[in-house]
Amino acid sequence: MGILLTIAHRLAILAYIVFALFPLYWLLKVSVTPNDLLYSEGVRMWPSHATLEHYRYVIENSAFPIFFRNSLIVAGSTALAVTLISSLSGYALSRFVFRGKYAVVALMLITQMFPLVMLVAPIFKMLSPLGLTNSLTGLIIVYTAFNVPFATFLMQSFFDGIPRDLEDAAMIDGASRFTAFRQIILPLTLPGIAATLGFVFTAAWSELLFALMLISGNDSATFPVGLLTFVSKFSVDFGQMMAAGVMALVPACLFFLLIQRYLVQGLTAGAVKG
Amino acid sequence: MASIEMRDIVKIYGDHPVLHGVDLSIEDGEFIVLVGPSGCGKSTLLRMIAGLESISSGTMSIDGREVNDLKPRDRDIAMVFQSYALYPHMTVADNMSYSLRLRRSPKEKIAAAVAAASAKLGLDPFLARRPKALSGGQRQRVAMGRAIVRQPKAFLFDEPLSNLDARLREQMRAEIKRMHAEFGATSVYVTHDQIEAMTLASRIVAMNAGAVQQIGAPLELYDRPANLFVAGFIGSPGMNMLEGTMEPESGTSAVRLVNGTTISLGQAVNLPKGTSVTLGIRPEHVAIRPAADGVAASVELIEPTGLGIILHLTVHGLPFKIFSSDRALLAPGSDLTVGFPTERLHLFGPDGQRIALGTLDASGSTS
Ligand SMILES: Nc1ncnc2c1ncn2[C@@H]1O[C@H](COP(=O)(O)OP(=O)(O)OP(=O)(O)O)[C@@H](O)[C@H]1O
Ligand SMILES: [Mg+2]
Repeated sequence: MGILLTIAHRLAILAYIVFALFPLYWLLKVSVTPNDLLYSEGVRMWPSHATLEHYRYVIENSAFPIFFRNSLIVAGSTALAVTLISSLSGYALSRFVFRGKYAVVALMLITQMFPLVMLVAPIFKMLSPLGLTNSLTGLIIVYTAFNVPFATFLMQSFFDGIPRDLEDAAMIDGASRFTAFRQIILPLTLPGIAATLGFVFTAAWSELLFALMLISGNDSATFPVGLLTFVSKFSVDFGQMMAAGVMALVPACLFFLLIQRYLVQGLTAGAVKG
Repeated sequence: MASIEMRDIVKIYGDHPVLHGVDLSIEDGEFIVLVGPSGCGKSTLLRMIAGLESISSGTMSIDGREVNDLKPRDRDIAMVFQSYALYPHMTVADNMSYSLRLRRSPKEKIAAAVAAASAKLGLDPFLARRPKALSGGQRQRVAMGRAIVRQPKAFLFDEPLSNLDARLREQMRAEIKRMHAEFGATSVYVTHDQIEAMTLASRIVAMNAGAVQQIGAPLELYDRPANLFVAGFIGSPGMNMLEGTMEPESGTSAVRLVNGTTISLGQAVNLPKGTSVTLGIRPEHVAIRPAADGVAASVELIEPTGLGIILHLTVHGLPFKIFSSDRALLAPGSDLTVGFPTERLHLFGPDGQRIALGTLDASGSTS
């Protein structure tokens, strides 16, 4: 009985994984399928002969390397800025009582309720006289603004999980509040910081709406916008698009590989008192 | 080493007053124990001494210098938390040396201080470990070690032993007493444990609902509780409280209990007849008497404690406890006669305050 249950359990998990990963597999499969086989072979799990031609073409002949660099700059800067700001604001929300605290929290929640599409036009209007449209800096500012509220709540919950006695002990030991924050609290929040970094990085990496609206031209386009250049008026070059897509996954995967050690800790940190 | 002086200390959270004007002078080298029911403000007071909690009004001075606005790190006070609050990402040695490192003490001095403290507390085998690889008792020792390496002006303890098992608690209690005898450091110690309070304190401060009820040597609180609260709080099992009214008799006064029994006070007490009073007597002071000479009672329940027995009785319908080290062969349901030695009686007036009875109050030499 127990064994059957375990097997059923495993099968369910397996089914879920297959279901979740299948689109990724298809991405990979199409990216190595030569153009002439794409439509002629019907639906097959793997093309009769594979090629890296699409990858070579994307790297050598498209603006893809620029998109890639732009995305890296935007997503990296946004992740850093948001994490820095939200760890400070999350700490304040977790530890201090101050006037207007609940108003601030309410405002931050409200910003999360608006459909972003509504905000595109006003933001464009504000950024354009500042010369921040068509610029990576503008994108970084917008992404940071939109990610800070959620990241703040995320960081706050991590700080809430760290006993106050620890800072109290550090301050009695002779630390200032900031030193206690830096030397005692921050090291213990590394899982939370990693989770926030990862979350914001992927959000900024794959953001399309603002990137599309605020940027025109290839020089400042980020990678999701760049993907659309493979769609021409008359056809979609699926092979090249998928090859670009596979390459776009690489930094996100590397990033998560780097932080996953902290992340796993972080996701279970609340479960048992450290 | 330092003296600590509190004058009219008030703490208000929002509009919720927690401490209502605490006055307390702690002399250099004293060991003060704060006791009181949960939520009465002991931790709050302790944290105000440490500088972790702001002072709403009143003044706090350490060594004659007002410290109301001084940051915790400038007060040079060490604290041991109930949760121990060890830094999880640091080794035992780093935990203990953190305060000295923040102060940029010379390396050799830090090493020497940590070595001395760890030898004293038997922590040598654990210096390279992280707190999570230690047992509760070992963690407690690290927390103590972290406090003593600094040689601070004063030590604060917030229920430091309450997470340990009984045996370990006993051991650490003696350890703390020994360290205090050795260093003579001014200490303020919060506990719920009667025995810790009685054995460690130079003076006990009994608190209730944010106000100090009585300050005095442990035996003074035990022998002459200032009011009903202290009488009921100090001592275990708790004092028997019998409500009644004053009943003057020829020459000596007596108290008539609600059930009609009269108990003689053995002396004249200057209170008008009919004044409602409370008569107190500790379970260990009630005498079990031969039948003719006392008040009839019946045994409800017997709790053996090893050291003796706690008898739960009813005296004419009133619940009553006796502690006796004599394991007399009594069974539940049996009847006996109890006596109330006049020199052991406590009398409290209608306002709950102690009314001096010559016997205990005049001698005054018990502490
Ligand atoms: N930050 C706070 N905000 C509001 N009220 C508080 C705060 N901290 C403590 N209190 C209140 O102050 C009172 C005293 O708390 P305190 O922790 O000093 O009690 P205590 O005597 O140490 O109790 P215990 O023996 O349970 O530790 C309690 O009623 C508590 O609810
Ligand atoms: Mg407390």
